Amino acid sequence: MNYTNCGEFQTSYEKDAAIFKSLFSKICIYGFLISLFVIPFFIDDYFLYLFNIIFIAVIGAVGLNILTGITGLISLGQGAFIGVGAYAAGYLANQYGLNFIIAIPFAGLITAIVGMIFGIPSLRLKGLYLSIATLAAQFILEFIFIRAESITGGVTGLSLDYAKFFNISLDNDFKFYFFGLSMTILMVTAAKNIVRTKIGRAFLSVRDNYIAAEAMGINIFKYKILSFGISSFYAGVAGAMWAYYVTIITPEHFTIGVSIQYLSIIIIGGLGKILGSIFGAIFITLLPEVLRFITDYFTSSYPFLTQAFASIREAAFGIVIIIFLLFEPEGLVRRWNLIKAYFKLWPFSY
Amino acid sequence: MEFFLQLIVAGIVMGSIYAIVALGFTLIYKSTGVVNFAQGELLLVGAYICLHLTVEYRLNFVASFIITILFMFFFGFFIEKIFLRKMIGEPIISIIMLTIGLSSVFKSVVQLIWGTNTKTFPQIFPEEPLIVGGISVSYVYIFSIISVSIFLALFTVFFKKSKVGIAMRAVASDQQAALSMGIDVKRIFALSWAIAAVVSSVGGILIGNINGINTSLSQFGLKVFPVVILGGLDSILGAIVGGLIIGILENLAGGYIDPLIGGGAKEVFPFIFMIIILMIKPYGLFGTVEVEKV
Repeated sequence: MNYTNCGEFQTSYEKDAAIFKSLFSKICIYGFLISLFVIPFFIDDYFLYLFNIIFIAVIGAVGLNILTGITGLISLGQGAFIGVGAYAAGYLANQYGLNFIIAIPFAGLITAIVGMIFGIPSLRLKGLYLSIATLAAQFILEFIFIRAESITGGVTGLSLDYAKFFNISLDNDFKFYFFGLSMTILMVTAAKNIVRTKIGRAFLSVRDNYIAAEAMGINIFKYKILSFGISSFYAGVAGAMWAYYVTIITPEHFTIGVSIQYLSIIIIGGLGKILGSIFGAIFITLLPEVLRFITDYFTSSYPFLTQAFASIREAAFGIVIIIFLLFEPEGLVRRWNLIKAYFKLWPFSY
Repeated sequence: MEFFLQLIVAGIVMGSIYAIVALGFTLIYKSTGVVNFAQGELLLVGAYICLHLTVEYRLNFVASFIITILFMFFFGFFIEKIFLRKMIGEPIISIIMLTIGLSSVFKSVVQLIWGTNTKTFPQIFPEEPLIVGGISVSYVYIFSIISVSIFLALFTVFFKKSKVGIAMRAVASDQQAALSMGIDVKRIFALSWAIAAVVSSVGGILIGNINGINTSLSQFGLKVFPVVILGGLDSILGAIVGGLIIGILENLAGGYIDPLIGGGAKEVFPFIFMIIILMIKPYGLFGTVEVEKV
C-alpha cells in the first residue's frame, strides 16, 4: 500500500530535472488531464464558460509569470499586450482570411515583437523604473486601440467569425472548451520546459542577481528582451483566443484594470511558479462569480446590493490582494505544497 | 497667439495641481521607498469629503477645507500604520500591488458612498473670468495657483527649518544614520504618508472646484508618473518643475495635436514623453543617480 515514498531521493541529474518527480505524480497528472477532457460532457454552459475564461486567463498569467515572477521584470502592460494579440488575430482573420490555426501563432508573434519593442527601455532601466515604462506602454497601446480605427475599428470594435476547425465551427462553449484546454496544456507544458532549460535558468539569474549573472557571461539585455518576447507571445495567444471566443473585440477589455488583474493572479497564485499562475487564474476568475452568487442570495432582503455589485466586486478584489500580501505572500502554491507535505508525512506532524 | 497663451495658462494651473500631487508621491518615495499607486485615490477621498462637508453639512468652504486636511492627515497616518508598516523589506512588486489593492478598495468605497455621477462644488468664486492682457483667466485658476504656491512655500520652509522636516530629510538620505541619531524612523514614515494624503487632498479639492468630481479623478494618480519621472522620483523641486512642464506640454498637445488625430492626445502625450525621458535621462532632471554595487 505504498502510494508514494516519503521524500524524493534522486540518484541522477536527469531525474532531478524531470517534470514528474515520481510515478505517482505522473499518474495523478495524467488522470487529472483525462478527467478534464471528460468533464464537459457532464456540466452545463455556465460552467463551460467559466472553464473557458479560466483557460484564457491561465495562458496570459503564465506569460506574465515568466516575465515578472521568473525574470523579475514587473509589467503593468499585460492587458494591453493581450489586446494586441486579439486585434492582430482579428485583423489577420478578416483581412487575409487566415485560419485560426495560423492566425493565433501569428498574433502571438506580432505581440511578441510589440512587447520586445516596449522592452527596449529595460536596457537602462530596472525595477520600479521599468514597471513605470510598461505603464506607459499600457496607455500608449490603449490609445492606439481607440485611435487606429482602420485596423482596430475604434470604440465600436472589431468582429470576426468563429474559429473553424476543418468543418467544425467553434461556436459554442462546449466546442471551444476542447480547443481551450488543448491550448492551455500546450502552452503550460511549453512554459514548464522553458523554465528548466538554459533560458529559464538565465532568467532566474537575471532576477536574483543580475550583476553576478553578467559576470558569468549572461547577456542581460538579450535575456530581458527575450523574456518580454516570450511573455508577450503568451499574452498574444491569450488575446487571440479571447478574440475567437467572444468574436467582438472592443478596447475596454484591455484596460489597465486587466493588467492589474493579471498581476494579482500571479501574486495570489505564487510568483515564479507555473502552477501558481493556474491557481491564481482559477481564484481570480471565480472570485466575482462567488460574489455574484452571494449578493444574489441577499438581494431579496437588501435590493440595493445589485446596483452596488460593481463596487463590491472591486473592493473584494482589493481586499483579497491585501490579505494575500500581508498573510500569504508566497501565494496559493505554498498552501498547496503544505497540504502535499502533510499527506506525505502523515501520521507524523513534521 | 491668444490661443497659445490660453493653453499655457490652463497648463500652468493643471501643472501646479500635478505638482502638489507629485509632491505627495515624491515625499513617500523619498522617505520610505514606496511607490504609491493609491495617490489618485487619496485625492479622490479628500475631494469627496470636502464636497460632502460643504454640500451636506453646509459648512463654510474654508472650514470644510481645514477639516478635510485634518482628516486626511490621520487617514494617511493610519494607512501607513496598518498596511505599509508590515511590508517593510518586502520586494517592490509586493509593495506596488499592496498600494494597487488599497487604491481599488478606496475607489470602490467612495463609489459605494457617493455614487459615480459627477458632482460639483457650490459656486464659490465669481463666474466672470478676469481678463488679463486679452486672455481670460477664471478666478478658480487664480485661487488654485495661489493656494498651491502657498502650500509649496510652506513645505519648503517646513523641510528647511522645522525639526520634523529636517528629520524627514535625514531619514530620506540615510535611514540607518538617522536611526542611530535618535530619529524615530517609523514615525517619520507615518508622517510622510500623512503629509502625502494632505497634499493630494488639496489637489483633489482644487481640481474638484475646476472640473467637478467623479471617480475618474483618480486617473491623476497615474498622471503623476510622467511628472515625477521627468523631475526625478526623489526630488521635491523636481516634482514642482516636472508638474509645470507636463501640465503645459499636455495642454499644448491637447490644443494642437487633438484636431489632427481626433482627441485623446492629452491623455497619451505625457506617457510618450515619459518613455523618451526614461530612455535619455532615466533619473530625471533632479533625481539621484543610483550607484550599483555588488
